[in-house]
Amino acid sequence: MNSYCNGLECRECGRKFNLEPIFACDFCFGPLEVDYNYENIKADLSKNKIESGPNSLWRYAPLLPCNPDFKVDLGDGFTPLIKADRLANAIGLDNLWIKNDTVNPTWSFKDRVVSVAIAKAIEFNFSAIACASTGNLANSVAAHAAAAGLDCYVFIPQDLEQGKVVGSAIYAPTLIKVDGSYDDVNRLCTELSMVKNWAFVNINVRPYYSEGSKTLGFEICEQLGWRTPDHIVAPMASGSMYTKIWKGIKEFHKLGLIDEPKVRLSGAQASGCSPIATAYENNSFTFIPQKPNTIAKSLAIGNPADGYYALKQMAETNGHASQASDSEIIEGMNLLAETEGIFAETAGGVTIACLKKLVQSNKIAKTEETVAVISGGGLKTIEAVSDVANNAMLIKPNIDSFEMNLAH
Amino acid sequence: MATVKIPTPLRVTTGDLDTVKGNGKDLISVIEDLESQFPGIRERLLDENNELRRFVNIFINGEDVRFLDSLSTTVTSSDEISIVPAVAGGSKNLL
Repeated sequence: MNSYCNGLECRECGRKFNLEPIFACDFCFGPLEVDYNYENIKADLSKNKIESGPNSLWRYAPLLPCNPDFKVDLGDGFTPLIKADRLANAIGLDNLWIKNDTVNPTWSFKDRVVSVAIAKAIEFNFSAIACASTGNLANSVAAHAAAAGLDCYVFIPQDLEQGKVVGSAIYAPTLIKVDGSYDDVNRLCTELSMVKNWAFVNINVRPYYSEGSKTLGFEICEQLGWRTPDHIVAPMASGSMYTKIWKGIKEFHKLGLIDEPKVRLSGAQASGCSPIATAYENNSFTFIPQKPNTIAKSLAIGNPADGYYALKQMAETNGHASQASDSEIIEGMNLLAETEGIFAETAGGVTIACLKKLVQSNKIAKTEETVAVISGGGLKTIEAVSDVANNAMLIKPNIDSFEMNLAH
Repeated sequence: MATVKIPTPLRVTTGDLDTVKGNGKDLISVIEDLESQFPGIRERLLDENNELRRFVNIFINGEDVRFLDSLSTTVTSSDEISIVPAVAGGSKNLL
């Protein structure tokens, strides 16, 4: 097999590093990114090879920075791209698709990044896996660690939704609730990563982990028939997934799998945690950190590490950012469920609410073929919409009672 | 003197020390004091405009200094200053 990875490279100053579990340049603290040998990848990858590969993100293995022999594949990725005509009609678009990542093994897009990170952690010979998480990542790390038989330490803020806490605990990791925000948890874990010999998937394994999100971009192109849409709308927490979708599309172009992409990428945030969207509105590439207060807890990162790159990408692709209030988020969740039969978590409500606003403000034209990324499933955050259960009728077990209640 | 926790990528300047002491009434003067002890540390933390580098986070007693007075934040001898790299990814231009 040809070698597909040359090493790591600092995104800011270009210094080169070996492929090790490190994440920051020791000169400028810039992020380290995998430096691929695209010529070798091009020689080994074709549309036919991808199409005959597994029905998971591992069909794109040469573009993932790990040895697929170490993969722990629960069926991660390759989720449906669904034509959303009823939702399109409701919000005033001609042509809308939903990238439905609610159907991943642990019901969120985080299975993409974890699938890659666990393989890399095993390749690096770590015996324990850990993460700082707003919940979805915790669920996925705990599940994959269980399947791989690895020790697992999961750090979460103490105020998470019950579905996300149980959704980690069931896999029997060491689950640690931290009295603080996600940003506190992240700082703690960054410090811990320097004293514990564990693979913190989103810290010391991050240069590899984050590449898993590229597969969203790969899949959107492949599922549309090896082409890009006009517009993609994705949720932003750290901003990583939003930037990696674009990276995936650019890689497909570089490898000759798609024509030059003209796609615009827009990002969605909750008003209660909108450092990236607020900087966009202020025409700034420098975000100001916030203290989150939103029901979209999976997006509640007040100090988004990739915020700068997300803002640059908005400018580069002529995309936009939007933000949604808590009530708009709930309306978005309801609208998606009622029109398309997809029950998304609060982050999906953010994406739909922001999509609607971008269309209403003509930032997305009616004729633009658009893909909305729905990143997690609704049973994780039922607290947000549990009022809908009050709409149920209560009847006696006979036809008269039913007919009488139905008439009311 | 305040306690300063040094992250792994910065230990090339401190001779592998993970915790050092820094003297100064505010954060910028602590950084200047660190530079006198560990030459080279300043340019890793501050850019050419004397501002914190984009991917450097500094916390005083757990609070991000950007919520305080940034480099002018007052420092006392009982404070613990943590220097923590932002954990970003990004994607370079491939087009």
